[in-house]
Amino acid sequence: MKLPAFDYASPASIEEAVALLASRSGSAKIISGGQSLVPMLAFRLAAPELLVDLKRLQGLNRIVIAEDGVRLGAKVRWCEIDRDARLQGAHPLLVEAVRHVAHYQIRNRGTVGGSLAHADPAAEMPGIAITCEAELTIIGPQGRRIDKASDFFEGSLTTSLASDEILTEIKLPPWPVGRRWAFLEFARRRGDFAMAGVALFYELVDDKIADIHIGAIGVGDRPLRLPAAEAVLNGQTLDSRVIEAAAAAARKSVDPPSDIQAPAEYRRALLATLLARALRQSETRP
Amino acid sequence: MKVEFELNGTRVGTDVEARTTLADCIRDQFKQTGTHLACEHGVCGACTVLMNGQAVRSCLILAVQAQGERVVTVEGLSRDKSLTPLQTAFRKHHALQCGFCTPGFITTAHALLTEEPEADEERIRDVLSGNLCRCTGYVPIIQAVLEARSAYAQTDDQE
Repeated sequence: MKLPAFDYASPASIEEAVALLASRSGSAKIISGGQSLVPMLAFRLAAPELLVDLKRLQGLNRIVIAEDGVRLGAKVRWCEIDRDARLQGAHPLLVEAVRHVAHYQIRNRGTVGGSLAHADPAAEMPGIAITCEAELTIIGPQGRRIDKASDFFEGSLTTSLASDEILTEIKLPPWPVGRRWAFLEFARRRGDFAMAGVALFYELVDDKIADIHIGAIGVGDRPLRLPAAEAVLNGQTLDSRVIEAAAAAARKSVDPPSDIQAPAEYRRALLATLLARALRQSETRP
Repeated sequence: MKVEFELNGTRVGTDVEARTTLADCIRDQFKQTGTHLACEHGVCGACTVLMNGQAVRSCLILAVQAQGERVVTVEGLSRDKSLTPLQTAFRKHHALQCGFCTPGFITTAHALLTEEPEADEERIRDVLSGNLCRCTGYVPIIQAVLEARSAYAQTDDQE
């Protein structure tokens, strides 16, 4: 499995990188960690004429925690999120989700921006972006634009990114102290892509669930919010009857693919089970 | 394309096609064939090397991306002809049979223990879950890594 032939460039500025992408009208790709792209090249699922390496670009590897939220540069690697002690308090859901990303060696290379731009429907980071209503900063020939996560993911491995645009940053809204949350996924082997996964958070107002956000991965052509299950839970006290109703609503609301990993009905059942477990787990957090 | 990096403590340079992976470059250009290639798409962990001290899959890195970096392969872990503490423990616990996956396990476990000499069994299992072995059933590998921990607790200058 040798890679197809391509040209390679390692520009020193984002403007130069955008110009290089634009110069090949759709047949250039960005490479950074390469942990999704290189396997795709090996399988010849991608055969770009030019790879533009972000390696020399400065300033894309910062983790900034501020009042307006958590900002992650596109080149932030999984291992850096895992090791950043500040994030434990500033965004525990992000840290927990990222610990499920692939294996040790891949976590040392794989990047936030790469995972978002690759847009695998079972990947954790796109799921967190959707659940948390993240904003993505994108730079192209016309300058900078901000895209909502819900507009960014358009389908399996498909995003709103044009061929000459670069995703530079993701911003997650601030995480209030005391928020309840959970993240669970299921894969046959630790580190493999999840067959289904759930991320959720909510506030407790007078012991009732308020403003719950539930996201799911691996059960559609892109990461999904689960509004039907959210509607069942908002305003309710969390008990086993409500949990069961929410799990049933989640199960009915998705139309997952059947593939070599699992049939659709299995993924639906998995989602319901994971949601019920995640809701129970959330009661003990923070 | 020209690429220069540090390989097992020596400055090396060569001319490669852009599509050449770091794994192929190390093996074919520099004849350091301790780094093994099996799946060649980032699943099996056999090709694990250290880049700037961190365990990475050399089949998922282009050789040109290693420009200016510090790469250590399994050959570079032993400063002389003697076995490293991990290699000694692997031998003692029969943590290899055919040996094909062993360089990947040794480099991965070395990176882990260098950073976390007190890693417990669960952490070791989690980290090694990215390396496949079809012979041993993993139990002796875990035992070997657990035993080698003491050598890493005493010294800080490995790698």
